[in-house]
Amino acid sequence: MDEHKKLILDYVKREYLEEDDDQEVTYDTPLISGGIVDSFSMVSLKVFLEKKYNIQIPDAKATPQAFDTVNNIYKLLKEFRPDLP
Amino acid sequence: MSYIAGKRVFSEMIQKIKEDGLYKQERLICSPQGPEIIVRFPENAPEKKVINMCANNYLGLSSHPEIVHAAHNALDDRGYGMSSVRFICGTQDVHRQLELKIAEFLGMEDACVFSSCLDANAALFEVLLTEEDAIIADRLVHASIIDGIRLSKAQNFNFKHSNMEHLEEKLQETQNHRLRLIVVDGVFSMDGDMAPLDKICELAEKYDAMVAVDDSHATGFIGKTGRGTHEYFGVMDKVDIITTTFGKALGGANGGCVAGKKEIADLMKQRGRPYLFSNAVPPPVAVASIRVLDILSQTTERRDKLERLTAYWRKGLTDAGFDLKEGNTPIVPVMLYNAKLAQQFSKELYDEGVYAVGFFFPVVPMGQARIRTQISAAHEKEHLDFALDAFKKVGERLGVLGLKKKEILAKFGE
Repeated sequence: MDEHKKLILDYVKREYLEEDDDQEVTYDTPLISGGIVDSFSMVSLKVFLEKKYNIQIPDAKATPQAFDTVNNIYKLLKEFRPDLP
Repeated sequence: MSYIAGKRVFSEMIQKIKEDGLYKQERLICSPQGPEIIVRFPENAPEKKVINMCANNYLGLSSHPEIVHAAHNALDDRGYGMSSVRFICGTQDVHRQLELKIAEFLGMEDACVFSSCLDANAALFEVLLTEEDAIIADRLVHASIIDGIRLSKAQNFNFKHSNMEHLEEKLQETQNHRLRLIVVDGVFSMDGDMAPLDKICELAEKYDAMVAVDDSHATGFIGKTGRGTHEYFGVMDKVDIITTTFGKALGGANGGCVAGKKEIADLMKQRGRPYLFSNAVPPPVAVASIRVLDILSQTTERRDKLERLTAYWRKGLTDAGFDLKEGNTPIVPVMLYNAKLAQQFSKELYDEGVYAVGFFFPVVPMGQARIRTQISAAHEKEHLDFALDAFKKVGERLGVLGLKKKEILAKFGE
């Protein structure tokens, strides 16, 4: 499980933080309500998950709440990939 | 009709906005737009004369006698309104003249004039792109571009603000799309920095993508002859599309346009919903905007003065110990980071006779609150000296002079 969460967290850091940003981001850090990811740029994260895990996340499921923390994202991911730990 | 449930829901929404400290109150200006304005704030307060440091009146043309005169004449010659959308019976000769004039000014083949640049951006993406295409936008583009992108069926990609490596990654990621359009603001309205158009155009060429620039905060004064950011970066022949407004430097009334290749302007008129379903700009605005472009094509005096004043203002604030966003445009953000501090600062500035508004989340990213100041060619050095004195007084009173981000946040909180 941690392997996948780490993968998502690494992507979030790479995709959304600047190199000089020393902000600590954990599995529980609020990404959207915390201002790290906005609703406009959230699409990159969705595309990343879809490509990486070969799934299609309908827009109705890709809510700011579902994408707000790495833990939430993993929970959403498991809905589409029940085979994950 | 029953408004009972609606009233409860809407009142709760307003209450929430107030609780979050995000409620916006209008300040009533009781004079023409200019460097000195008469304001009533709050609404029932007595009128007060203040120095205006937050208008988009970059070239000081909003109330310029020649522009007002041109609009007056047009009112007599061509009337007040069109009572029609452009394609039915809302296009006068002056609307078409304005399109040709702005296209020429921007170095483009043709243009389509809309009621606003927001409308231009609402049309642009939906008309040109389909689900086969990709839009690659800077993450700090103006809200109207974000809305425009959402209206189109094209796939939305975006890159970290002005980060060329990230843009290149996205260009590589989207190689299989039919068309790709890179979208940026020429000058970003909140930070006042410019998109590196020279590098963007280089990447666009390398990956066979088109480039669109919203130059609303640049047209008329950025670049040696004020053509915009594409002139500044020496890529006038490489930018494919420019959207811009007549509502800022170019007289400040309203109206905007999409300028670009002939096919693009033509398609805007065939398929652009804001063009097809919204009224034409009023004739006096079209004629006055033409006059503005004539003046700007004859002399660079106003943009030269603006450049000098901007340098003077930046230096004054920096020497006083304020933390500024770096840049060289007339948008000069004074960074305060803490939202409440920014609001308090703005309030105290007003008490000192200076009108400059605080911006905070969600208008700018969290922890990036600021006072955004904007210079105008209508300012005189004396206005800026007065404003600078007020900034120093308030800065000293609130204890922010000489402090950088970390120290301000340590003192005032996140």
